[in-house]
Amino acid sequence: MTERHIIKDHNQERRLFLSRLFIGAGMAAVLVCALIARMIYLQVSEHAYYTTKSDSYRIHTQAIAPNRGRIYDRNGILLAENRPSYFLTVIKENSRDMQASLGLLADLINLSPDEVDKLRVRLKRRAVPFSPVQVRQNLSEVDIAKIKLNQFRLPGFAVEAQLARHYPQGELMAHALGYVNSLTEDDLQAVDPVNYEGTEEIGRNGVEKFYEDTLHGTVGYEQVEKNASGRVMQVLSRTDPVAGKDIVLYLDSKLQKATSEALGEFKGGVVVLDPQNGGVLAMVSKPSFDPNLFIGGISRADYAKLNNDKTGTPLFNRALGKYSPGSTIKPFLGLGALDTGTRTREYTIHDPGHFQLDGGSHVYHDWTWWHNKSGHDLVNLEKAIYVSCDTYFYDLATDMDIDVMHDFLSQLGFGRNASVDIPQASSGVLPSRKWKKETKGQSWYQGETLNSAIGQGDTQATPLQLATAAMLMANHGKWHQPAMIKRVGLDGEDINHPSVYPDVKLKNEDDWNYITHAMTEVVHRSTGGAYQTGTAYKAIIANNKTPIAYTMAGKSGTAQVAELTSDHRNGDAVEEEDKDNALFIAFAPAEDPKIAVAVYVEHGNGGSGVAGPIARQIIDAYLVGEDGQLKPEFRPKNVLAPALISATAP
Amino acid sequence: MLTPELRKYTGSVGAGLERKRSWSQRLHVDMPLLCALVVLLSFGLMVLYSATNQNMAEMKRQLYFSGFAFAVMFLIAQFDVRWLRAWAPWMFLGGVLLLVAVMVFGEVTNGARRWLHFPGLPRFQPSEVMKILVPLTVASFLSRKVLPPSFWHLCNCLLIIGVPVILIAKQPDLGTALLITVAGVFVLLLAGIRWKWVLIVLMLAVLTAPALWVFYMDDYQKNRIHTFLDPEREPLGAGWNIIQSKTAIGSGGIYGKGWLKGVQSRLDYLPEGQTDFIVAVLAEEFGLVGILFLLSLYVVVIGRALYIAGVAQDLFSRLLAGSLALTFFVYVFVNIGMVSGLLPVVGVPLPLVSLGGTSIISLMTGFGILMSIHTHRTARIGY
Repeated sequence: MTERHIIKDHNQERRLFLSRLFIGAGMAAVLVCALIARMIYLQVSEHAYYTTKSDSYRIHTQAIAPNRGRIYDRNGILLAENRPSYFLTVIKENSRDMQASLGLLADLINLSPDEVDKLRVRLKRRAVPFSPVQVRQNLSEVDIAKIKLNQFRLPGFAVEAQLARHYPQGELMAHALGYVNSLTEDDLQAVDPVNYEGTEEIGRNGVEKFYEDTLHGTVGYEQVEKNASGRVMQVLSRTDPVAGKDIVLYLDSKLQKATSEALGEFKGGVVVLDPQNGGVLAMVSKPSFDPNLFIGGISRADYAKLNNDKTGTPLFNRALGKYSPGSTIKPFLGLGALDTGTRTREYTIHDPGHFQLDGGSHVYHDWTWWHNKSGHDLVNLEKAIYVSCDTYFYDLATDMDIDVMHDFLSQLGFGRNASVDIPQASSGVLPSRKWKKETKGQSWYQGETLNSAIGQGDTQATPLQLATAAMLMANHGKWHQPAMIKRVGLDGEDINHPSVYPDVKLKNEDDWNYITHAMTEVVHRSTGGAYQTGTAYKAIIANNKTPIAYTMAGKSGTAQVAELTSDHRNGDAVEEEDKDNALFIAFAPAEDPKIAVAVYVEHGNGGSGVAGPIARQIIDAYLVGEDGQLKPEFRPKNVLAPALISATAP
Repeated sequence: MLTPELRKYTGSVGAGLERKRSWSQRLHVDMPLLCALVVLLSFGLMVLYSATNQNMAEMKRQLYFSGFAFAVMFLIAQFDVRWLRAWAPWMFLGGVLLLVAVMVFGEVTNGARRWLHFPGLPRFQPSEVMKILVPLTVASFLSRKVLPPSFWHLCNCLLIIGVPVILIAKQPDLGTALLITVAGVFVLLLAGIRWKWVLIVLMLAVLTAPALWVFYMDDYQKNRIHTFLDPEREPLGAGWNIIQSKTAIGSGGIYGKGWLKGVQSRLDYLPEGQTDFIVAVLAEEFGLVGILFLLSLYVVVIGRALYIAGVAQDLFSRLLAGSLALTFFVYVFVNIGMVSGLLPVVGVPLPLVSLGGTSIISLMTGFGILMSIHTHRTARIGY
């Protein structure tokens, strides 16, 4: 190896090097100090901040939704329960190829483009990274199996289970119970949002809505440590949720079913009350819907189907809707006329089949006019009820002021929602001068009083109100507010609902018996010839092969829906939507009432002919045993014979 | 084993002096440096054990590499540096050829062409070799010239540095290219390059920076600068690493959460906790105390290396040792500075602690050279 010899000053070079080395070492020392200063800043000054930050990444508080209380009928039969429901979720951060996975799911479980759209919206809305987002609810067992088998091709997707509401009796109970539905932002305004963390559904209607607080329970919490992928590594602490309380209703599943069957294919609403306590034994509205469709959010197609049925309106509860009560109002008006002294039991008119106001030109016809121009002959109040004489009540109305009618009927629950826990029920309309002034800004006409006297015109009542009035008649004025809830908890004490309405006191308490008797004649009076028997006798007793096992008090009503010509009255074809509404109220056994019923049949055409037999079928189902006799628990105790039937016509 | 020709380089001139040599000198081992390195590597393994979530397979690999790296260090220490000095140009040429080979045959991983894989040999990164070869060649070149270097010599040196740096930057591996530049420039600075030129270069750099930003830098590199300036800009994207590492360090406090008790890495919040961000794991588990311990170990290692440079007997050894010492410091500073948010994120592992065999082997090669420099001293002073 050869080296060119150059003259170097080694000492000078070494000094230069050492000075540079010192500069380097010095700078390194300064930078090490900078690092130390930085670490002191992070680890001492900012220690608390970063500790909080570290915990906030790792420690997550998860709300644990309480199990919703179950709902039972009076006999302990489940009406609403919670079932594990399986749903598919995805954690976006853990899915490698979302597009491919969704494509695979479309093949596997028929994931629709609609569902994919909804998923994309939910993915965008999601605030917390690594949190699971729901893809589909209510996975079938086949779906779950298919997903599990292909799990390795679906990174980030998981099947999770959660309890979801289920209504085992489906559409039978839909209108009585209401249903739960997905919680929305608006709902959170109305409830304590803290208590609803982790909860997916909220009572949307009916009992589910009214008793939301009782059924919901109290939220629990779990403090967990999560890793960066969002997986729970350990549970740090846990506060168990408190499950919602179970509720027992007065509802009788068997009776509900019988009621639904009695209505058959008719549209309509029925309310059945227990006169002993006001408990709702059955509440049926037809057509109905499957409340299970609403669990976890109803699909657009299903909702459109329910909403677009404009004549069926299955979501509308007819048992709580208001309709012209027709002649079913007559017994109560008659009672009022006696009590206010407008009429006496002996007061008798001659009915020519029509009525005209003094100085008026309009002719008010009795319902018989369209079939037979003879009228009802001599009619007193009792007869006016059992033959449903309109003329008698037109005449009565001319002597009874509309405000007097209003005041008496309102004591019986008309014009208000008198229920304990059915706030969705309509209040109906009980017209008065004041009412008309306030709502229409007009003064009252005498002709309207006449229409009100036969349950037409402005007067409107719900099947619930009619059943309540029937119950009051059965109870001789003793008030019980209609209630769904019987008790809280299967083993709880029955709740006593003291009525906020005072019992109805008559000047002559025997008037209750008088009107009740007239109502039994509606059903049982068989003598007297055409238009002289009880209006419902033929349909309820004569045309029924089974003899009736009890005394039934009832009243029919046929409410006009459209103005019909006399041709139509004479049997010409009437459009379905123009047919009269049929109503029937009843209670039984008349001596010791155990059941009060109001039946409303939309476009049923005849109160006695259509609604009457339905009422009997319902009462039979409740009172009569397999042997055709009254069930032992319903047999009147100290009554030997149905004495009320023995009374005769005037 | 030394040939008569080489023997004159071994510097065993005076027989009396040779007798005074300790066993460690005869083994060509510098005990203070060795001790500091062993403690550092052991501490590093301890941290790594936690950072890998107690993954024994990774630990075994790292142990194996560490052992191999020590063997390489011992082997290198046996050679007199004057031998390295003589062969420097040829080794450099070989290194450049390997870099060219990478451009042609290199394996592509993560979008960069950095690795060479010859059949029968473990794959390796030729750029690692250049971390030693560039300062070695510059020192070898300047040690033959009069110091301080003239402008012409300076230009030659810049060429020696520039060629491999450009090749590596093209891979692209900007981090390594910068560190190699730094290693070469340290030799120039230690050789006494005039401050005037340093200032001119610095000013040029400041002036050309905007042009580089616009015409040269990739989006991912720009992003790193953005993220450095404001990590919260993209807390779940580019900023995530630095936010998580600062959180890990800060939550460690003075005494730390305890070994194996750090949550940021155990729960996977801290990315790259075993490699580039391992100091965050250390800071979380051992706190400020652990950081000060680590830094003192580095200070001992660097201090000893600087001492070796200071007492080295010839210009080549001094320049090389000084450059290696300061470059090592730069690795430490850049890594810890980056993890603690003082510097933008660049892919520099924490020397001797981060998981990864190549880095340890190339670093230990450097320490082998330092030991060789120190243990092949002769009694002659000043030559």
